[in-house]
Amino acid sequence: MSRIILINILRFTALLFLQVFLLKNVTLYNISTPYLYILFILLLPFETPNWLLFALAFTIGLTIDAFYDTPGLHAASCVVLAFVRILFISITVQKEGFDHEPEPTLSMMGVRWFFTYALVLTLVHHFFLFNLEVFRFSEIPYTLGRFVLSSIFTVFLMLLTGFLFFRRKERK
Amino acid sequence: MRNLLIFITKYNAFFLFLIFEVSALVIYIKYNSFQKATFISSTSRVTGALYTQVNGLKSYLSLAEVNDSLARENARLRTQLKTSFYKDSSVRHQVKDTFYKQQYTFIEAKVYNNSTNRSNNYLTIDRGSRQGIAKGMGVICGAGLVGKVIYVGDHLSVVQSLLHKDSRFSAMLAKGKELGYIEWSEDLDPHKGILKDVSNNAQPKLGEQVVTSDYSLFPAGIPIGKISNLHTRAGGYTLNMEVSLAVDFSKLQYVEVVVNKLASEQAGLEAQEKKNE
Repeated sequence: MSRIILINILRFTALLFLQVFLLKNVTLYNISTPYLYILFILLLPFETPNWLLFALAFTIGLTIDAFYDTPGLHAASCVVLAFVRILFISITVQKEGFDHEPEPTLSMMGVRWFFTYALVLTLVHHFFLFNLEVFRFSEIPYTLGRFVLSSIFTVFLMLLTGFLFFRRKERK
Repeated sequence: MRNLLIFITKYNAFFLFLIFEVSALVIYIKYNSFQKATFISSTSRVTGALYTQVNGLKSYLSLAEVNDSLARENARLRTQLKTSFYKDSSVRHQVKDTFYKQQYTFIEAKVYNNSTNRSNNYLTIDRGSRQGIAKGMGVICGAGLVGKVIYVGDHLSVVQSLLHKDSRFSAMLAKGKELGYIEWSEDLDPHKGILKDVSNNAQPKLGEQVVTSDYSLFPAGIPIGKISNLHTRAGGYTLNMEVSLAVDFSKLQYVEVVVNKLASEQAGLEAQEKKNE
């Protein structure tokens, strides 16, 4: 249990620093911006109680906001993400089949499930984020372009991270 | 009552979602006007300190470029020195200049935090009210216009850059002196601006300089960019044109804040005028 907490604290810090100091400066053609930090919420263990999940999503959102100078924007998107995560997992996963405190990682759940999971959750998060940031309907085509291309970028980075930390022995 | 409790625990995810989402949106809307977000912005102590550290590292990486630009600026300034002019009359006479008094002074500052890829972009600089910065002052750099100060802390300030939806500065064509105003281009390209509302009888040419006008926060003649496209969306009685910006915002390292000695006097007088109307 304490190992899981430690791993998640490390993951929080690493993703936060990566997002704020590296990915904040990365933009493809000024239109595609990755927001890899949401991987933290995606990888929380299945057993996380709902209130803790929401609190953590809210916290990491607000922390990112402090660095991006957009109070509340990322927090709101992350809370939506957490809600969709609960729905998605309750539909696709039976919780009984696991031995001990599993996490929804690529190595544990398989490429196909993880890809769908990451794609759906990223799309929801980015859609909410970009539309809330622009906050007007007049720029829909541009916002949609940003949303789609950024989502592709983010999901790509997530899969890359997943394969980078792939551990075969955990796989069933 | 019991049924209500059971209902709430059954759908606890949804109610938690509502609580957190509403509080996030309240924060977002309440602090949306950026100036109020004092406690959670990059001027706050923790994030400011972290940005300082990373910036120290980053500035090493671009030392060569900064050196080049400083050398260029040195050369430019040296050509303006008295010693680099020769006297063509042998008569020496001293003039005590009482006619020209200094109106603008400049405070140099280092950029701590910068963005160019969002729809509203800000810079954080390492000078604040202790060094004499006030809200509304203009900011320039060696290459040209950067933006204006919108929020001042004790040691840091936040600058709304030209790459911001609400930024609008008075500008003019360098040759014809026709007035207009400069805005960021609508497709959010950090290298492009739009010069708007230039009167119809101006005859702009491609490549012509666009500079700040006498009505702006800046001394007249600070470069903004060059005209790169003439036929952007004609506005009836006025001309609009595309400007390629002189400043590369993604590489800003050092900027200068313009202190206008007459600004408060001007603002006071104009406020009086408004009151009388």
